[in-house]
Amino acid sequence: MMVSRDYIESVIAKQMRIDGRKFDEYRKIEIEYGVSSKSAEGSARVKIGDTEVVAGVKLELGSPFSDKPGEGSIMVNVELLPLSSPLFESGPPSIDAIELSRVTDRGIRESKAIDFKKLCVREGEKVWLIFIDIYPINAGGNLFDACGLVALAALRDAVFPKLDGDKIDYHVKTKTKVPLTKLPISCTVWKVNNELIVDPCLEEEMASNARLSVVYTEAGEICAMQKGGDSPLTSEEIAQILDLAEIKSQELRRHFK
Amino acid sequence: MKYTKRIDGRKFDELRAMKAEVGVVKNAVGSARFQIGKTVAIAAVYGPKDLFPKFLQKPQSARLRCNYNMMAFSGSGERVRPGANRRSKEISMVIEKAFEPVLDLSEFPKAVVDVYIELIQTDAGTRCAGICAASLALADAGFDMKDLVCAVSCGLVGDQVVVDLDKPEEDFEGGAVDIPIAMLPRTGEITLLQLDGEISKEDLKKAIEAGKEACKKIYEVQKAALRAKYAQEVVA
Repeated sequence: MMVSRDYIESVIAKQMRIDGRKFDEYRKIEIEYGVSSKSAEGSARVKIGDTEVVAGVKLELGSPFSDKPGEGSIMVNVELLPLSSPLFESGPPSIDAIELSRVTDRGIRESKAIDFKKLCVREGEKVWLIFIDIYPINAGGNLFDACGLVALAALRDAVFPKLDGDKIDYHVKTKTKVPLTKLPISCTVWKVNNELIVDPCLEEEMASNARLSVVYTEAGEICAMQKGGDSPLTSEEIAQILDLAEIKSQELRRHFK
Repeated sequence: MKYTKRIDGRKFDELRAMKAEVGVVKNAVGSARFQIGKTVAIAAVYGPKDLFPKFLQKPQSARLRCNYNMMAFSGSGERVRPGANRRSKEISMVIEKAFEPVLDLSEFPKAVVDVYIELIQTDAGTRCAGICAASLALADAGFDMKDLVCAVSCGLVGDQVVVDLDKPEEDFEGGAVDIPIAMLPRTGEITLLQLDGEISKEDLKKAIEAGKEACKKIYEVQKAALRAKYAQEVVA
């Protein structure tokens, strides 16, 4: 179903949403672990309403960055599969895919949810690199929050493979979990027709002219933000968004309990 | 080398457990998920839509374009680097050819129909699982088709003819021959045939016959999946 921007705006103006939700109401969220447990070191599927994303974690050994010889690293990659939407095309990553990857990456990296020092195998030589690959299966709005949730879910599911000297035996998994110490949750608030809503469906997302993603840790610290869209946000709106996102991120975090 | 008992305990002509579901990607015109053992494929169909550049257009019919891709975390060893490679391009091409005899797109001249196949988890037999999923997705999309397409690998493990090799069997130290085939179940015609390994003419014939029998079982699973979606819609 595709509906016009005018229609979306007129419904929002009546303090309603086209699918009957409240402005601050998420669609049904489901998290499933181990969707690629044979292949990946950790994996998960997240559904938010019609939106479905899968993620897998692969661990590799690599050289550390020269300025951080005793630390491993993560790499988040979101690929907007044309399988998941008629709006996505094949080819090199679009700017939307790059933004999603980087915002998801920042939430995990800057919250220090993963202790990079614990990923060190031999200082200056060998460290663990964590690759988190995220793919939408059905893109039905709010990929930002879906990607944030599925990355965390896959990391929670992840264990180290067996290390045989400097070689990884991918067929043998250890019981050692990837050191995930915090749960930074991304909540994106969208401005549609001067109202603030969360978790837009695809039509609402396309009718929106500004958004702000805010990532909160359980301690209530903000660890990453990203504003998007063509319209500006006032300081009052930003303050409102921060409050709303804090409440909603706590609500989202309950799905991990 | 003798192969007297299959690694996972199956009979020599026994397929791994299968699961098929139609209509798994809401955005797509047609879609399906096909799982055989631990290999999981999703296919989604989009189109018909305009095809550019123009020289690719076919005057009498729409062009079928398949795209096979393994998710980065879906391999059995290291991370698979994202993006197309020689292997995925070749597989995409042979999958297209596997559908050519059954799919009638003459209603949509000059257009293109895209089939995207993604592997979430792999344990050998990925192109065959992809074809089984794509076949269901194309049927779900409602295009004119003379038949479904069923696909499975058959071949030799050691000295034994088997069907539906898994990864440990493909890697069997006594040698293995992997023969992916795709079959049109109503006529028994073969639309995809590849072979990796070394095999006698007699064993090859035996393997293909075993593969054809296995395809008939896949056909039943595919039909049941389509019925599960469309019988429900009729009742509703």
